[in-house]
Amino acid sequence: MSLRDWFAEKRNIKKLDADAVNSKLTDKELGELWIHCFSCGVNITKKEWRTNLRVCPKCNFHFRIGVSDRLEHLLADDTDWFSEIDETMTSANPLDFEDTQKYTDRKKEADKKSGLKDAIVTGVASIGGESLALAIMDFSYMGGSMGSVVGEKITRLTERALTDRLPLVLFSASGGARMQEGTFSLMQMVKTGSVLGKLHEAGLLYISILTEPTFGGVTASYGMLGDIIIAEKGSRIGFAGRRVIEQTIRQKLPADFQTANYLLKYGQVDQVIERSALRSMLIDLIRLHRVASGMEPTPLAPEKGKKQGNGSSPSGKALV
Amino acid sequence: MAKSDIQPLEFEKPLLAMESKIEELVTMSKTMNVDLDDEVKRLRAQAKGVKKKLYTNLSAAERLQIARHPQRPNFLEIVKMISPDTWIEFHGDRAGYDDRAIIGGLIELNGQPAMIVGTQKGRGMKENLHHNFGMANPEGYRKALRLFQHAEKFKIPVITVIDTPGAYPGMDGEQHGIGQAIAFNIREMARLRIPVVSLVIGEASSGGALGIGVANHIYMMEYALYTVISPEGCASILWRSADYAAQAAEALKIGAKDLLGFGMIEGIVKEPEGGAHKDPEKAGKAIQKTLLQALETLKNLDGDTLMEQRYEKFRQIGAIQETLA
Repeated sequence: MSLRDWFAEKRNIKKLDADAVNSKLTDKELGELWIHCFSCGVNITKKEWRTNLRVCPKCNFHFRIGVSDRLEHLLADDTDWFSEIDETMTSANPLDFEDTQKYTDRKKEADKKSGLKDAIVTGVASIGGESLALAIMDFSYMGGSMGSVVGEKITRLTERALTDRLPLVLFSASGGARMQEGTFSLMQMVKTGSVLGKLHEAGLLYISILTEPTFGGVTASYGMLGDIIIAEKGSRIGFAGRRVIEQTIRQKLPADFQTANYLLKYGQVDQVIERSALRSMLIDLIRLHRVASGMEPTPLAPEKGKKQGNGSSPSGKALV
Repeated sequence: MAKSDIQPLEFEKPLLAMESKIEELVTMSKTMNVDLDDEVKRLRAQAKGVKKKLYTNLSAAERLQIARHPQRPNFLEIVKMISPDTWIEFHGDRAGYDDRAIIGGLIELNGQPAMIVGTQKGRGMKENLHHNFGMANPEGYRKALRLFQHAEKFKIPVITVIDTPGAYPGMDGEQHGIGQAIAFNIREMARLRIPVVSLVIGEASSGGALGIGVANHIYMMEYALYTVISPEGCASILWRSADYAAQAAEALKIGAKDLLGFGMIEGIVKEPEGGAHKDPEKAGKAIQKTLLQALETLKNLDGDTLMEQRYEKFRQIGAIQETLA
């Protein structure tokens, strides 16, 4: 970019801001139309931001996204679809847990805030002509924490993949195990880890995609068990939290510690990939492994509650 | 260990004061030649009652103190007690490192070979530094897996002994894939075609425990705990202060009885009153008996059955609700 262009662009951004200020819209209405990039500070129209897969068009900052946005990005073609399974499952609150707030109340808040029933949505899908078992975690539901529901849904989905001989693709986004379910959460690490052992033994493909952020018991179970492990650009991934490590070793950690690129540098992930390239890479990976084993895509028919793709330009309408 | 060498815990002090008062009375009656027998008898009965009440009504935080008692028998001390004649250690991950927080080797239990792998807390500061307070790095988990696979090859049953505050939260650990190492161990332990028995002797905290914890049978010492996160860590996140650790310990339901109630463990190893450190030898005998019984139960099962049974044990864990369509 030439200096002249840079100034022109700067002016442009200022002008947009000025337009926003001078308009008669309320703050709330403005907030619905515009989004502020935390990374570079520019304001982007929501429409442009959505079309760009919730990535800042100026600085390439990848915003953290939830299940509905992820599905919207993945189901980009008219022929793509996703069919949810186990959609009514909720936690039974095994410890009757209460800290400063009751677990049941925290869950109610999370339900309301996220529009979900727990921190994961699972189902079967057809993307780019490939059939797959698909799981997507959502950080907005209690920090994407893994309790009984997350563990059980992943286990059932993996069992489905085994029955139908499907590749499994799992998007992780989690602070780790859910404390409010105590050892019930902890043991989900074993439950998911061992069913993935069955998938491994059956010779089926598991692609683990680590997104912002993935930590703790999720990293130390299904997160790191992929035949292929991909980190989305800008994600922070690790086992222990940064602060805990700093307190333990009593030294400051480098700025890039536990970033996707840091993990790549230390050989922990196969690729760090931008959101815009993710869908086509997934399709390619599934296709290449399928062709190598001489298989056709498993014929799948969407069941009840199918979510259809909406063409190559995402409209932004909620899919879940 | 002589009784007087045992370090008392804070909540035991009133009881100890009472006991020493009684001793004083006994000495006094002797030296001054006064008959205080009735008085002493009454006080002794009273002290016994207090003691029983104290140890049967321990709070989660008090049990936690016993589980972390600096004199509690550690992994290698237990190895020595249950297999006094045989201990052949196998070192190293074969990829550049020998973690000292996870240790393993061959023992003999009543003439039967077993591969034993455990997290080691040291006795005293120097030993604890050497063993990194029982907090393993990825290399430790990879060494453990190497020993499990060796055991599988030669059909040797595996015993794992857990006493760890968790995997070590360090920079190297993250670089070398602590998450991957634990995850991989979980997956591969689930597929072992040999008996695997696990015993929690102190604290079993988080993924660091599970990395050697996927067993057919799990046993816990009476005062041991199994938890998703340390009560201190939980308190500082949910209560925003580690000062609430006692409340967190209670709320997390981490005791041996809790886990037995949840169906997550097979049994509890009774400890001497007040904890294993009060009478390590007695505790060692109880451990040996439990392990022998467990191995005996699993001995005649074939590899596939063992694997499937272990899988089912964990497959069932979870508390969910569903609306059936």
